[in-house]
Amino acid sequence: MHPASFNFQQNHFQLFGLAQSCQIDTAQLEQQYHALQALVHPDKSTHLPDAEQRVAMQRATLVNEAYQTLRSPLRRARYLLSLYGVDTQEETNTVMPLDFLMEQMEWREAVSEARQARDEAALAQLEARLQRETRELEAQLAVKIDAKKDYAAAAGLVRKLRFMEKLAEEIHAAYDAIDT
Amino acid sequence: MALLQISEPGLSTLPHQHRLAVGIDLGTTNSLVATVRNGISVVLNDENGRAMLPSVVRYLADGGVVVGEAAQAMQSEDAANTIVSVKRFMGRGLKDVGEISRSPYRFADAPGSEQGSGMLQLRTVAGVKSPVEVSAEILKVLRSRAEAALGGELVGAVITVPAYFDDAQRQATKDAARLAGLNVLRLLNEPTAAAIAYGLDNAAEGIYAVYDLGGGTFDISILRLSRGVFEVLAANGDSALGGDDFDQRIHCWLLERNRLSALGPQDTRRLLTHARAAKEQLTEHAEAHITAVLSNGEVIDNVLTRDEFQAMSQNLVEHTLQPLRRALRDAKLGVADIKGVVMVGGATRMPQVQHAVEEFFGQTPLTNLDPDKVVALGAAIQANLLAGNRGGDDWLLLDVIPLSLGIETMGGLAEKIIPRNSTIPTARAQEFTTYKDGQTAMSIHVVQGERELVNDCRSLAKFELRGIPPMVAGAARIRVTFQVDADGLLNVSAREMSSGIEAAVAVKPSYGLADAEITRMLQESTQHAQNDMQARAMREQQTEAEQLLEAVQHALELDGDLLNQAERTQIETQMGMLRNTLQQADHLAIKRAATALNDATVGFAQARMNKGVALVLTGKNIAELGVK
Repeated sequence: MHPASFNFQQNHFQLFGLAQSCQIDTAQLEQQYHALQALVHPDKSTHLPDAEQRVAMQRATLVNEAYQTLRSPLRRARYLLSLYGVDTQEETNTVMPLDFLMEQMEWREAVSEARQARDEAALAQLEARLQRETRELEAQLAVKIDAKKDYAAAAGLVRKLRFMEKLAEEIHAAYDAIDT
Repeated sequence: MALLQISEPGLSTLPHQHRLAVGIDLGTTNSLVATVRNGISVVLNDENGRAMLPSVVRYLADGGVVVGEAAQAMQSEDAANTIVSVKRFMGRGLKDVGEISRSPYRFADAPGSEQGSGMLQLRTVAGVKSPVEVSAEILKVLRSRAEAALGGELVGAVITVPAYFDDAQRQATKDAARLAGLNVLRLLNEPTAAAIAYGLDNAAEGIYAVYDLGGGTFDISILRLSRGVFEVLAANGDSALGGDDFDQRIHCWLLERNRLSALGPQDTRRLLTHARAAKEQLTEHAEAHITAVLSNGEVIDNVLTRDEFQAMSQNLVEHTLQPLRRALRDAKLGVADIKGVVMVGGATRMPQVQHAVEEFFGQTPLTNLDPDKVVALGAAIQANLLAGNRGGDDWLLLDVIPLSLGIETMGGLAEKIIPRNSTIPTARAQEFTTYKDGQTAMSIHVVQGERELVNDCRSLAKFELRGIPPMVAGAARIRVTFQVDADGLLNVSAREMSSGIEAAVAVKPSYGLADAEITRMLQESTQHAQNDMQARAMREQQTEAEQLLEAVQHALELDGDLLNQAERTQIETQMGMLRNTLQQADHLAIKRAATALNDATVGFAQARMNKGVALVLTGKNIAELGVK
């Protein structure tokens, strides 16, 4: 068989025809995502033999995984760093700047208080602030990776953003809890 | 009649022969079947011109089965043997069914399960029946209706399920279709089916909410429609809330009003029937008269006003708003982002439901499609596409898994593996290790739901991994892959990484049926028609083999250049062997040859897909590729 000109051994950026960088064109990502799924989605092969159906499911799964990874700035950066051979040490490296940890503590208390008091307005405020600060960190991350190529600093920012993501999950859970 | 289907000489229908496919809305209260005829989706009526088949199955002492209106007519008289709303029992255990005492049925535990676990069963005069068997009876009637109307055997069917159905409920639905002899092309979420019917009909673009309140289930789905892509952003709901619950409220009110207690199954069913009639009357009228005679001769005579009904059902309506808020939050959207709200399900006819939805979204919901039929119509359109009948326009459907999948960890906690609203198909791999020297087996408990404690989630299955090579504790690395397919169904596989040994996965479904049970049911239901089955299997194998040959031939013509001579010869040899077996009356031989051809084309299939993908990226139009 001819070696195919394209294969799924390629990394996620290549899969979507995007330059390997922290800042990407999200409109292009989405457009390519739809174009790829239009080809590989299992709905396109239900009338074909089992072998093609199995292949389609695996490919559609991979395209979904790649899309979800590139769509989220945090996951995208983590993935990009892994391509550069950088371990973000999110599970092992727990040394964080003291002021950052203090701030995290305050955040958590505020979320838990708002949850206890069933105060949706307070949650919305916290959420807006969290989003702002997350965007700032993401912007810094893009600079560290794309412009400065300072991957050690970038890994530190990824670890911070992981904290922010957990906070966002807690806020989400608090909304659901209030609404029960 | 099939004899009348003559094609003009020279006008071969291949390879675009129309394949018969249907969409089936297997509803709590009513079921429908639809198909695409001449490019238009239509609901197929029964011989009396009725579209809706009441989802009621009555079992007779002589083993006979009555489905639909005739069964419904006997639901009070023979309440214990006449199963209504069986959808509520699909993939559910006894402990899930509240107020058993008020139910007219005699329940039984699943065979071989501990008390209260496993899918419940119903004792009838014709023996113990699983909800899967009861649902299969409904599907069989719809299948015959479709085959009679279309004049041939179906290639397959799309069966709709509530978006918020969990894995056990989905699997039970698929098993029921299998039992009814249907090839399931896809399990499709009901609100998504409605969105397809609505979206294609109105060339809709933007973000839409589908509010689907059926007889026994409630779904809310948020979708983005853009340039032929239907993308579900979030789904939520309550798989045990529907029009039935509104009937129950009226029923309770009647009991209270008339100081009745502990009614028998007959009277319970009779009052529920009157309650439902009153509910429907209150859609158009300000009050409903309820008169009934109980079996002891007592006369019930009450007037229920719309205001009273609204007051007693207010919290049911409010209960639907919570999933709505959650779905919006999950989609990271606000009410203002929603361009239109599509109403689906007969229960959305109730004025209080329409008002609540209108108030929530700040816009009048769209009701220009028949809420009873829109799901079946959408399913038929999807079935037509999946069967390979390509029309001019093509679209893509991206759906999600509604509930998170997780596994049990230390302390009875559920660790999420695949979060809710992940686009399917999706997969996640997780590594586990042994905690004892020489350990060769381990057990994994898979649950579904959003709660932190395993006991608050739904138990899907316990997986026993066996055949792990003995090593010191912590040395084995067992990689378990959780794959959710496009039907939203979970499959699990496991492999020991350091040795590469595939660990055997034995599944004990918590609420599903083991394969052996399905086989037994299939045998039972066909023992009277053994010969028919043989002939049918033969025909099916022949048809499948012919389709396979046709597909491979088509692929060779289009993309034969992807193969070298040896590869091409191998495929052609397998094709020749399959053609030879078609002359024999041995369906197993055909199946073997078809499998061999299938296996021989795996590499070719991959190369074709790669080619397609590469072309997309180089800017070619997908339609030019001829990828089927």
